[in-house]
Amino acid sequence: MIVADNIHKNYREVEALKGVGFTVNAGEIFGLIGPDGAGKTTLFRILTTLITADSGRATIDGLDTVTDFEQIRKRIGYMPGKFALYQDLTVEENLKFYATVFNTTVEENYELVREIYGQLEPFANRRAGALSGGMKQKLALSCALIHRPAVLMLDEPTTGVDPVSRGEFQSMLERLKRQGITILISTPYMDEANRCDRIALIQNGKILTVDSPDKIIASYPDSLYAAKSDNNYRLLGRLNERPDVKRCYVSGEYLRVTFNTEAVPALDGVEIKPVQPTVEDCFIYLNSKRNNL
Amino acid sequence: MNNAIKINNLTKKFGNFTAVDNISFDVQKGEIFGFLGANGAGKTTAMRMLCGLSVPTSGSGVVAGFDMTTESEKIKRNIGYMSQKFSLYEDLTVWENFRYYAAIYGVRGREIATRTTGMLRELNFYADRDTLVKDLPLGWKQKLAFSTAVFHRPEIVFLDEPTGGVDPLTRRQFWELIYKAAESGVTIFVTTHYMDEAEYCDRVSIMVDGRIEAMDSPANLKQHFGADSMDGVFRQLARKAQRTD
Repeated sequence: MIVADNIHKNYREVEALKGVGFTVNAGEIFGLIGPDGAGKTTLFRILTTLITADSGRATIDGLDTVTDFEQIRKRIGYMPGKFALYQDLTVEENLKFYATVFNTTVEENYELVREIYGQLEPFANRRAGALSGGMKQKLALSCALIHRPAVLMLDEPTTGVDPVSRGEFQSMLERLKRQGITILISTPYMDEANRCDRIALIQNGKILTVDSPDKIIASYPDSLYAAKSDNNYRLLGRLNERPDVKRCYVSGEYLRVTFNTEAVPALDGVEIKPVQPTVEDCFIYLNSKRNNL
Repeated sequence: MNNAIKINNLTKKFGNFTAVDNISFDVQKGEIFGFLGANGAGKTTAMRMLCGLSVPTSGSGVVAGFDMTTESEKIKRNIGYMSQKFSLYEDLTVWENFRYYAAIYGVRGREIATRTTGMLRELNFYADRDTLVKDLPLGWKQKLAFSTAVFHRPEIVFLDEPTGGVDPLTRRQFWELIYKAAESGVTIFVTTHYMDEAEYCDRVSIMVDGRIEAMDSPANLKQHFGADSMDGVFRQLARKAQRTD
């Protein structure tokens, strides 16, 4: 279990975290979702005991990140956003190194990493620096898991990764969860929210909301519509000028529109239909609400 | 000539590895062309050839009216380029970055000031012209980077994952800039991992293992693959990939 309570962190005049709090329950996949610069990495560094908060408190399985940092480091596996393995060691040497640092052996916990590391075994003697992006990611995950951590923290493991590979990565995490590992994962891709048990949406150092993706979607307050015409760009300009349009933005093939009125106004040459909001629509709504837009 | 890009049987090999395998396509002037593919499919290699940064092993092409194999310097001068990884100089101000890029592309002194003022006013960013780029949020950096990439009024602008990591609303505002540029006749060649952004393109190509496996409008691709979104189309094609990235 991870508890973050009212965490503040400044870098000189920049407020990176402005009072962040949430709880990750044992055995769940918890997603910290927000764009670059929201404060995700700073929070990860505090939770992994690499830096300390200016104020507030965080615990991992009841252990304090400041006073009990040594015990925490044994319990967690951390995959930073930047590839941080030894580039001039081979794949196998990196894995052995991490096992040794944590006083264990590759053999002892091989079962846990078999599925992931197995895909790398043909390249066991290749230097880590010479691996492709996808293989580096698998090696980094294997190294983070080799001491069988109770809590796995993954900072943006899928950034820059195509949708199919991202899906495979999420499936891998679901199998790790079934082994009883608690997983905290950050991502800038809102579509990954649905693979998490619960998520926190974060922007500008503040949490916008914490809940299951379904409940966040259910709490969207407006009736959301999808609209399209033969030129969506012009339609966007046209809708944004109307006083009865509350909010309008592009979203794939259709525009997303909410109105200030109950009834949907008649619009010439426009196909319009009600749609379910996505987590991304909720993020846009919550973020605008906070900025009073 | 109505093509901004026309390439024929373009191939790039590194040793015995064929990164780009015999691709051919045309991009029309003013078109928004989405260049999609899984990681490792060969997109970056193809894009580097189109920008005049890498010489094809075989095949030919014309970009912005210039021959890819013999006139790569002219291509570089007549295109704009921006990537997610590097956009602007962090320790220069907004204004200095504009001046720097404009000067590199040979825009003259007075013209630089006039255009910079116009562009920053339009973005509602004139008041922040003396802010260091490193103090700006990522979304703003990317919007400004786009503006510097089209500053010298190139015929084509190449955008390599321009919106990666950008917050959802700013990502959409970024696409409004793209639409606007396209309406003024600039050809847009863009890569992205956000499949909703693929829907904004006039046409999309999807690369798998160095080859172009599909190329059409998003509506036609969805119909052809029986998918209700570009995400579904992409998944069907990318799953066939043999290359492990």
